[in-house]
Amino acid sequence: MEHYMMNLTLKVWRQKNANDKGGFESYPVKNISSEMSFLEMIDVLNEELIRDGKDPIAFDHDCREGICGACSMYIDGRPHGPWEQNTTCQLHMRAYKDGDTITIEPWRANAFPVIKDLIVDRSAFDRIIQAGGYISVNTGNAVDANAMPVEKDKADAAFAAAACIGCGACVAACKNSSALLFVSAKVSHLALLPQGSPERKSRALNMVAQMDKEGFGACTNTGACEAVCPKGISITNIARLNAEFSLAALVSQ
Amino acid sequence: MLDSKIPAGPLEQKWVDYKGHVKLVNPANKRKLEVIVVGTGLAGASAAAALGELGYKVKAFCFQDSPRRAHSIAAQGGINAAKNYQNDGDSVFRLFYDTVKGGDYRAREANVHRLAEVSVNIIDQCVAQGVPFAREYGGLLNNRSFGGTQVKRTFYAAGQTGQQLLIGAYQAMERQVALGNVEMFSRHEMLDVVMVDGKARGIICRNLVNGELERHFGHAVLLCTGGYGNVFYLSTNAMGSNVTAAWKAHKKGAFFGNPCFTQIHPTCIPVSGDHQSKLTLMSESLRNDGRIWVPKKKDDTRKANEIPEEERDYYLERRYPAFGNLVPRDVASRAAKERCDAGYGVGTTKQAVYLDFKYNLINKYGKTEAGKLGIENPDTETLIRLGKEVVKEEYGNLFDMYEKITGENPYEVPMRIYPAVHYTMGGLWVDYELMTNVKGLYCLGEANFSDHGANRLGASALMQGLADGYFVIPYTIGNYLADEIATKPIPTSHEAFVQTEKAVADRISTLMNIKGKQTVESFHKRLGKIMWEKCGMARNAQGLQEAITEIQQLKKEFWSDVKIPGGINEMNPELDKAGRVADFIELGELMCKDALNRNESCGGHFREESQTEEGEAKRDDVNFAYVAAWEYKGESSWELHKENLEFEIAKPTQRSYK
Repeated sequence: MEHYMMNLTLKVWRQKNANDKGGFESYPVKNISSEMSFLEMIDVLNEELIRDGKDPIAFDHDCREGICGACSMYIDGRPHGPWEQNTTCQLHMRAYKDGDTITIEPWRANAFPVIKDLIVDRSAFDRIIQAGGYISVNTGNAVDANAMPVEKDKADAAFAAAACIGCGACVAACKNSSALLFVSAKVSHLALLPQGSPERKSRALNMVAQMDKEGFGACTNTGACEAVCPKGISITNIARLNAEFSLAALVSQ
Repeated sequence: MLDSKIPAGPLEQKWVDYKGHVKLVNPANKRKLEVIVVGTGLAGASAAAALGELGYKVKAFCFQDSPRRAHSIAAQGGINAAKNYQNDGDSVFRLFYDTVKGGDYRAREANVHRLAEVSVNIIDQCVAQGVPFAREYGGLLNNRSFGGTQVKRTFYAAGQTGQQLLIGAYQAMERQVALGNVEMFSRHEMLDVVMVDGKARGIICRNLVNGELERHFGHAVLLCTGGYGNVFYLSTNAMGSNVTAAWKAHKKGAFFGNPCFTQIHPTCIPVSGDHQSKLTLMSESLRNDGRIWVPKKKDDTRKANEIPEEERDYYLERRYPAFGNLVPRDVASRAAKERCDAGYGVGTTKQAVYLDFKYNLINKYGKTEAGKLGIENPDTETLIRLGKEVVKEEYGNLFDMYEKITGENPYEVPMRIYPAVHYTMGGLWVDYELMTNVKGLYCLGEANFSDHGANRLGASALMQGLADGYFVIPYTIGNYLADEIATKPIPTSHEAFVQTEKAVADRISTLMNIKGKQTVESFHKRLGKIMWEKCGMARNAQGLQEAITEIQQLKKEFWSDVKIPGGINEMNPELDKAGRVADFIELGELMCKDALNRNESCGGHFREESQTEEGEAKRDDVNFAYVAAWEYKGESSWELHKENLEFEIAKPTQRSYK
């Protein structure tokens, strides 16, 4: 792959802590290789900031291979930047050219308060899982794994929904800050499998109730979530959740 | 002094007998007993879930923003289990034997046999939790094959097996959080173990959001904190993976077992430049369908697709006809290094070999699919198109990842790969019950040394993490806690908590007050370079001695010239990193010391002084059939304790994959 060098301008959201008002700062970055990852480009800038006695930009990241879901940058108005089905850590600098200006913000949602700079608190997602995102089976209770065949189509669909990495891009992209794609992915994953069947109703009701309690907005079916999901979670999961929810609500009355 | 507590009796009866006679804690007493679990990867999350289900009061800690992000999530290829669903001759014994042999006879037989026994329960448990493993059209589970074995025993979920298993364990744990049995502390880093009357009774940790130090009591403490591959700076580990928790325990008396045993994984995306912050694995499962080769001609500058078949050297198939591309990781890595060192490497850096899918894409998958569709005499183009669809389903996410990183399409051109640090077989020494030599301090998963000897087989890390957490610790911890039911929770105002917290606070302020000129990252890179060059894929006495001196020098420089921005009582990722790098530097020295002491080659530890005429690793069972357990004795000072390894069933032989 041909590689090239570039100079860029970054406009980055800086916010000292949750109580700080925050604002944009501009930084020139020089001699960036097209082979670098986006986060390696930020590493370069941070090393410079530290050497100059300034505070480096705080951002969440860990695996840097697109699977842990930690990285969470809102780049030029799009969660995880310009590439399709991608996480920030897998975005590479060949997506940019010399002279570009890149604007970087944290996820923006009431349910995801900023902790510092680009780091937000996504513990609301953990609490939604606690509300029912599991199958209640204690260790040691299981029957032989092949005792219950699962149709391949359903298993594949469950797997596709289970690919969610809990990054929150769907919330960040939604004008209402709805978490419905996240919730529906988990509800679908478990509802599609026979093992998840006994708790289908309570799961859908409880997870949706917790989502509302956390302050996520309503879904208005614009599909922005699906468009930015790094794992290609389909919006059809939301339709499935709606069906699960309606049925459960009907039965519970 | 080192009592491994291996139960008496025949190998296959040990675990059964142990479970039958181990002390139990009654449900009412369990509610009074508190257990601390540090780390929420496969081992930690499964342990926290299982112990919470039993009724213990569990507190779990992780440094990430959510327990779901632990690096187990990145494991790609699969998890082994002796289910023999394929009817291809697998059994508990075979899995046990393959693992001991794969580990080059440096693992403990009893632990490995137990691991093989519970492997079957793990798959059952995970399926019950809703883990969406790959299935056949008949609805039953599918398997693939991994290195170092001749059966298909690996269960998988495309290239995201670790993710699916971790999410299963995470969900089980979150369920216990909801039930009030587990209390979760995210963005918390453990910085020391608190000892009271010779027993581990709690931890000091730092709240990474506000910088405050916290004291937490537990009747027992479980470290499930993963491996220390990041001592090499570049590895396939996550950026935050670190040795700190294990290292603090080591300095409090826990022995460190076989620290030099490092796994260099053969198939990773090669380094592209100095900016590189981490390396990315391409799953071993790809070696099922990819063939590894280099040009037969030295310094060949042609593109891969321009090199005709007869001018390619499929060196693994040539050297190891019985296992071919599926030799164990240590063997494959050294073979790649050998070819590159000899001048046959490819790509701009010449530090890479090809992993090529074209042959199987056409011949294995393309032809099968064509057969299914009844296409007679299909042309190559059709075969490639059909083959691609199958390969996409098996490994699609890995191919996408490769393309995002390199900008090359691996369906069209072969992948370029090179070995990289991936896993550490060494870790805290534990006995059969997974307790370190410090009472009440346990170590599970990659963080302990116990099951993989000198080389781990593919798809066995997930198996061990979940075995330890779901099926071993729930039994073994009872044997200790049964005698603790009268112990009241120790208030954290106890002198031991006060003193330990003070020591942690002092160290942090010392670090912050150095106010030097060099960044934490620059020290980490320098440490990594020393380790990779002198304690990496090949090691020799002279290099190791040099490395020790260089690391000691680096340590001095670090403690006099490191520059950490920001303050103590706030979120400060550079401070977190500084503490971790300081520990890595000390660990690096011990690894080199251990590698120097072990004057034999075994598994991933290759001493140039000890090789066969054909360049294979040569073990020295007379002098080195032991676990090296190092006791910390003060700065740069360790005492070696030996646990002799007895092989009653899997008799050591020269490993051969030819």
